[in-house]
Amino acid sequence: MNPSNPSNPSNPSSSLHPAGLRVENLTVRLPLANGSVVHAASEVSLAVPRGAVTALVGESGCGKSILASAVMDQLPAGARRSGTITVTTPQGPIDVFSGAPFRGRHAALVPQSAATHLTPVRTARAQLDETITSLGSTRTSDELAVRVGLVPAALDCYPHELSGGMAQRVAVAGALVGDPSVIVADEPTASLDRALTDRILALLRECADDGAAVLLITHDLASLVRTGVADHVAVMYASRLMETGPAVEVFDDPWHDYTRDLLGALPARGMHPLPGLPPQLTDLPDDCVYHLRRPETRQSGGPTVLVQVGERSYRTLRDAPREEVA
Amino acid sequence: MSLDARGIVAGYRRKPPVLTDVSISVPAGEIVGLSGPSGTGKTTLARVLALLDAPRAGSVSIDDQVATGTRFAVQRELRGSVAMLFQSPRASTDPRLSLSSIIAQPAEVAGRPVDVEGVAARVGLTPDLLTRRPYQVSDGQLQRACLARALTQEPRYLICDEATAMLDAATTATLVRLVEAEAAAQGVGVLLISHDEELLAACCSRVSALADLRGTHAPA
Repeated sequence: MNPSNPSNPSNPSSSLHPAGLRVENLTVRLPLANGSVVHAASEVSLAVPRGAVTALVGESGCGKSILASAVMDQLPAGARRSGTITVTTPQGPIDVFSGAPFRGRHAALVPQSAATHLTPVRTARAQLDETITSLGSTRTSDELAVRVGLVPAALDCYPHELSGGMAQRVAVAGALVGDPSVIVADEPTASLDRALTDRILALLRECADDGAAVLLITHDLASLVRTGVADHVAVMYASRLMETGPAVEVFDDPWHDYTRDLLGALPARGMHPLPGLPPQLTDLPDDCVYHLRRPETRQSGGPTVLVQVGERSYRTLRDAPREEVA
Repeated sequence: MSLDARGIVAGYRRKPPVLTDVSISVPAGEIVGLSGPSGTGKTTLARVLALLDAPRAGSVSIDDQVATGTRFAVQRELRGSVAMLFQSPRASTDPRLSLSSIIAQPAEVAGRPVDVEGVAARVGLTPDLLTRRPYQVSDGQLQRACLARALTQEPRYLICDEATAMLDAATTATLVRLVEAEAAAQGVGVLLISHDEELLAACCSRVSALADLRGTHAPA
């Protein structure tokens, strides 16, 4: 690697694989009733290539889920945003904010906490069938059930009769109805046990192997490290990306202090708590705030840039000496 | 000095029991781990130990005094002596209350004065968060508030039932280290229930799999 010669700041993985989903310079601000403003995403650029799983990790409350909402054009009312998100379809790219229909057919969301996402008064089958009808899909609910590893009879259950892992698989089945080229999974394994987590992640891996661009939003770094399900990883802190790159390399040799701290909090890596509290996203300053959490960092505390080095990128001070990572 | 369950048989309604003859002991000031896959009865055991549900057979004793009821029917000396930190902080807090009301609740029920800001500071919650309601804070912050609530109860024992399963690794590490510090400082015995065996190995003095507790009699 040659950190002294950063290439242009757009994601290089996009030049290697066709990006199914491309987020460019996305900034989202959510004004609250009390006059303060939540900085939900700040200048986020991310390419999610087809045929691969891209994981977006970070602590709870760092703005990860807002990115899922933005991709699905389901930002809360009143949100202010700039930047673009495009979904690549066989018919060409679609700007998700243009109002053109894309949900379900081109991009699908696997929601957080599927058990509460499903309608409690209807069976899983009824809900899947409605999705199939409204998307005009040729799939059948039984076929989808088998695909996600459920016995078709389980679809005749009401959501409360399903376990968390089964409900989550129903949600994945719902996302697969329209054969979307982009799948966004928002914390699909939250509160599932290890065996179920591994199955859901393996299922998302299969979707990627079948050609989908999978964006896996998760705080469960331990499972990512353990299963190796992700090809690429992007690390988010306080609405900003701190580091991106091939998952194996980032996990083995993190370049940003935050990534290192986050990995160090894993039980298998010493369970060292990060100092302080995760930052509030309300009324953040315009620069990276990691130095407020870890004052000794030399990668924050002024205007920062995401420096691209080969397939990887990391955030550091704009005027910092570049040999830091060498 | 320990929280003991002996020969517990428990289950839902008329279905076959999920726990048969299970015994466990949580010594004061220690952190004991309990592992096992989903659906094997870890939460059922936690609820029995917290005196929320009555077992069909067997008994729970707190510092060698056998509990004679559940919930408000527990004898006065034992009432509130076991606190619980639940898996979902959202499901275990009243959405209409502010964090400071949530934290103060156990002390108010017991008619004790409470220093909400002091307890909140111990778990790392800043004062600006205390006026917020649950929907205005993150899961990690809300779980910290739940820990603060458990602490204002001034329990002798604390049961954390998958309390970190919804949290990210950084928040988990912080919360578990907080629980460790409180256990050491107040001499609180902690039962840490988790399916994350790496986590249990990292912080417990002893870890049992639920399946191995059957038919054993807990060491006194």
